[in-house]
Amino acid sequence: MPEKPIQGEKKVFVTGNEVVAWAALAAEAEIMYGYPITPQNEIMHYWTRTIPKFGRRFLQTEDELSAGFTTVGGVLAGRRAFTATAGPGNILMQEPLSMAEAMRVPIVAVVEQRGGPSTATVIYSQQEVTLTTLGGNGEGLRVVYSTATHQDLFDYTIKAFNTAWKYRFPTFVLADGYQAKMRESVVFYDPAERGIKMVPTEAYVGRPGMPGVDRPPMHMRNTYNMEEELYEVLQEYLADYAKAAPEIEEHEAFDTADADLVVISHGVVSRACKMAVQELRQQGYKVGYFRPITLRPMPEKALREVAATAKQFLVVESAQGQLARLLKEAMYGGTAEMLTLFKPGVGVTSEEVVARVKEIKG
Amino acid sequence: MTVQSAMPKCWNEETKPHKFCPGCGHGLVLKALGQAIDELGIQDKVVFGCDIGCSLLSWDFFNVDTIQTHHGRTNPVITGMKRANADIIGVAYMGDGGGYAIGSQHLVSAATRNERITSIVVNNTQYGMTGGQMAPTTMPGQKTETTPYGRDPETTGSPTQGPEMVAAIAPEGAYVARGSVANVRQLKGYIKKALENQMAGNGFSFVEALSLCPTNWRTNAKDTWKFLEEDMYKYFKVGELKVPGSQEKEGQ
Repeated sequence: MPEKPIQGEKKVFVTGNEVVAWAALAAEAEIMYGYPITPQNEIMHYWTRTIPKFGRRFLQTEDELSAGFTTVGGVLAGRRAFTATAGPGNILMQEPLSMAEAMRVPIVAVVEQRGGPSTATVIYSQQEVTLTTLGGNGEGLRVVYSTATHQDLFDYTIKAFNTAWKYRFPTFVLADGYQAKMRESVVFYDPAERGIKMVPTEAYVGRPGMPGVDRPPMHMRNTYNMEEELYEVLQEYLADYAKAAPEIEEHEAFDTADADLVVISHGVVSRACKMAVQELRQQGYKVGYFRPITLRPMPEKALREVAATAKQFLVVESAQGQLARLLKEAMYGGTAEMLTLFKPGVGVTSEEVVARVKEIKG
Repeated sequence: MTVQSAMPKCWNEETKPHKFCPGCGHGLVLKALGQAIDELGIQDKVVFGCDIGCSLLSWDFFNVDTIQTHHGRTNPVITGMKRANADIIGVAYMGDGGGYAIGSQHLVSAATRNERITSIVVNNTQYGMTGGQMAPTTMPGQKTETTPYGRDPETTGSPTQGPEMVAAIAPEGAYVARGSVANVRQLKGYIKKALENQMAGNGFSFVEALSLCPTNWRTNAKDTWKFLEEDMYKYFKVGELKVPGSQEKEGQ
């Protein structure tokens, strides 16, 4: 048996894409299917360089449709399979993702957001939130983790496989080009040594026995003849999702209890917001910090608790209100005023957040 | 001596009679496939993938593990499976729209990569499920819902020669043939070879099956067979186009 990719713990200084590749190795991912698109390419680069030693596999496909559908095939064969994409690739990825949703196929997709719409920039944005949380012609029955640091990338890539296989909903790790390309310190570890048990995979097709004799044949479809048939299936899925949501939801928050204004952000932008809130607190401003880690499902209960006391929210994102839209839905009926700092396709600094809060507070 | 051959053993009796229109060719192609699976004794190894369009009606046709995919995406799903578990014998089953239009990039790429899967495209010269629109395989002059005055090659191109294309781009080891539901025994032979070729690990195995669609052709029994055996045969030549090991012979 090949040795474990990561023995014990080790502190490294690497790019986010390298982190994802190592996290997938550590999570015992068996096969990656991918198609080149910036800024996720180096996930494939690191994966393909490393895998011969660990007996893992890779297939470079003809496009992201194929990358997504081959990943679905790999999962149906019972493998811990994943893919990675960005921007226009994420658009194409929504087709296989909708099939994964329809058939409860636990595929994992890492998205490194780039500018949009269209080809836009290969650099950075938070403009794939709507697409990643609610893409496809369905009800958004997927899980989306938004990472802020390289440690998050490592932790949540591992976790994504377990969430996907435990609940059988397709799961995304949503990062961005900044996280993909920048280097920072991160601790790699063997999940087992941290007490993280990988949820076992299971083949949907090709199980032992003669189908129709020893076992029923697996007949999987995503097409229904009657509205009622579909409705019945969806009711079950939606109930499963609603039941799983409180177990999956994650957020990070501080200084919200007495805050007049709570800054809400996700992903890499939350790092600027964290700094800004800490700085503003030191200057005597009653501000708080809230960051949804899961964008789907949204940590609704925690948000509503904050909304019950805060008078104002400041939503900060590198998009024109894609996070804000999700927040409004989650907090519908709340009375807190929702203020914004939107910078679609560009980064946000802590100075800008501080300035915006001071502008609001006078 | 003509004897009505029994239902293939791997057919799922509970879903028979099947869901296809009267006179449809799918039942014949799936019979040939079923017989080939029986003869090779691989019912427990086959994973059958069907596409969108009429082919999806075969999602519970066999007592074999089956996955119904999206339009044109059956080749990549079966490819992904086979890459993840080489013990599976993967069959991707689709119509001409799925194979040559919306899924053509997947067919081309599966062929050039010599994926160890068996891909079967059923050619009935139009889109059946959606009500008879022009397909890549529609014959020149053929009337369809989107070529009501007949297909004009000048503006819509000529019928796709699928097996010829696959044979031209697939590396050595690939198997390519075109059969017809007018000769089920021969078609079964081609499909069997295509499965054996996958089992031997030689390469991509592709069979186009010329088929029937009286519903959308708006033909009676006689004219249905006439359209297949006279009109379609003019464009689509039945036979083997690529057989592993015979590369040199082909070049002569």
